[in-house]
Amino acid sequence: MSIHVEGISKRFGDAIALDDVTLEVPSGSLTALLGPSGGGKSTLLRIIAGLDAPDRGSIRIEGEDLTVTPARHRGVGFCFQHYAPFRHLTVRRNVAFGLEIRRRPKTEIARRVDELLELVGLSHLGDRYPAQLSGGQRQRMALARALAIEPKVLLLDEPFGALDAQVRHQLRLWLRQLHGTLQVTTVLVTHDQEEAMEVADRLAVVNQGRLEQVGSPADLYDHPANEFVLTFLGPATRLGGAWVRPHDLVLHRAPGGPPPGALEGTVARVTHLGFEVKVDVDLAAGGTCWVQLSRGTAAELDLRAGQRVWVARVAPVPRRPRQELSRI
Amino acid sequence: MRTRWRLPLRLAVLAYVGLLVVLPVSTVFYRAFQHGLGAAWDALSAPDALHALWLTLLVAAVAVPLNTVFGVGVSLLLARHRFPGAWLLDALVDIPLAVSPVVIGLALILVYGKTGWFGNWLAARGITVIFSLPGIVLASAAVSLPYVVREVLPVLQEIGTEQEQAARTLGAGPLAVFRRITVPNIRRGLAYGVTLTTARVLGEFGAVAIVSGAIAGKTQTLTLFISASIDDLDPQSAYVGAVALCLSALIVLTVMTVTDRSRHAWHRETML
Repeated sequence: MSIHVEGISKRFGDAIALDDVTLEVPSGSLTALLGPSGGGKSTLLRIIAGLDAPDRGSIRIEGEDLTVTPARHRGVGFCFQHYAPFRHLTVRRNVAFGLEIRRRPKTEIARRVDELLELVGLSHLGDRYPAQLSGGQRQRMALARALAIEPKVLLLDEPFGALDAQVRHQLRLWLRQLHGTLQVTTVLVTHDQEEAMEVADRLAVVNQGRLEQVGSPADLYDHPANEFVLTFLGPATRLGGAWVRPHDLVLHRAPGGPPPGALEGTVARVTHLGFEVKVDVDLAAGGTCWVQLSRGTAAELDLRAGQRVWVARVAPVPRRPRQELSRI
Repeated sequence: MRTRWRLPLRLAVLAYVGLLVVLPVSTVFYRAFQHGLGAAWDALSAPDALHALWLTLLVAAVAVPLNTVFGVGVSLLLARHRFPGAWLLDALVDIPLAVSPVVIGLALILVYGKTGWFGNWLAARGITVIFSLPGIVLASAAVSLPYVVREVLPVLQEIGTEQEQAARTLGAGPLAVFRRITVPNIRRGLAYGVTLTTARVLGEFGAVAIVSGAIAGKTQTLTLFISASIDDLDPQSAYVGAVALCLSALIVLTVMTVTDRSRHAWHRETML
């Protein structure tokens, strides 16, 4: 079910957390609110859930204005960064909580909890307390608990932030699959651009309380609306006064003369990072740039610090004019 | 080194506790029953003794729930809301710990006594506070005011608000959040706070001595009864009173410990 965020502004004292943010989350999508810490994305998520009140603007879910509706009547599933498990209740009772509040019949609750535990793979741990679970298990319990109330939308605040790298990767894939199965409109907050691109089908980049750009991961990567989005979404370097992705650059040793448009420079440093090789170049015209090469290409060029090279752009992706970009 | 000192250290600690607590208390018990159960029973069933015991329990039955509700309320206010003067409220709660109970009693007389601020107003409505039950309850509540707050507030601050917020998103109203999430989380601190409050109310002497007038059979609590019995050279009554006081406190302590243990095994996992 779709979420419409309309002109939301929020201040905490003198600090502006959100400044006139308008965003549409399509029904069934998995949207990532992406941006640096303190940029306002968690605040936006909490406002959608009704845990914080906006100073201005409105929130609609499935067309219904919920701006002043208390959190408990919004039918929104919310997962906290640290999962907020009910420490005094077993896993089963945690998951059953929303149903018990709704006074559903005991047999129905038991059946539903069984289904959800099965779904998140915790059937065998139903009688444990949260303190006896690992981080990943707690995260899945929190998801099952939020899903129990059959939420209209699912909101996840930094869902993988507190997990170690391997578990984080597994849970990302798992969440992707879960979303495919359930098709529930999901918004997740993250500061990790790789995570956002891997999990989400739509990205909304939030910085300093403003929405910078919205679109598919590929769209934003190839056609960033501004410098911030470009530098935040992936590696970037400056060449001839313009920003460019370092993997869109090539180096020439120029035995047959430099190619047209190439800039002359000197290799400052060659760094081997496994498959990738990073080459820092001091440009003759002043300034520096860096070039990302595959190991094979770097070996062919036989690069060493101090060598003279020419830097050129390859396969430049055509940049659409900014007004065409999907800024909803 | 460590093993050489372990034994003397243990003995020193045990001797300290023994000399300060075990020996004196058991002496009181011994003295109370020195002349047999019959003599002890006679002393206890004397009208003034029975009344003192009854009054003490009555005061506790009123003052302890009062301070429990108030203590949880203040803790929630201080932990969950920001308001001007919060620091002042936080500091005021501690005053009964810092100031002598005698001063608290005196202050209560100044406010509620016949010539006090509210004294006339109350007297005109037929309410006597000082030298009667309301005054004793007031004094007991005043001196035992900080205990629940000081036990519950840190727990509330430590657990944070996320569980409560999660419960809200799951459909729980304020009352359900309080009952299902907040209370189970603060239960242990609350139980300890209530135990301390009860112990203090049962044992309070100074403040109650000032406001009650210590009229035998009327406004004499157990502690005052013991003191009066010593003054009257009636040690048997004093010993029996002391035993009754000890047993009351012991019962409270046992009940609290048992309920806390049986209900919440999960604490052992989470609190360690």
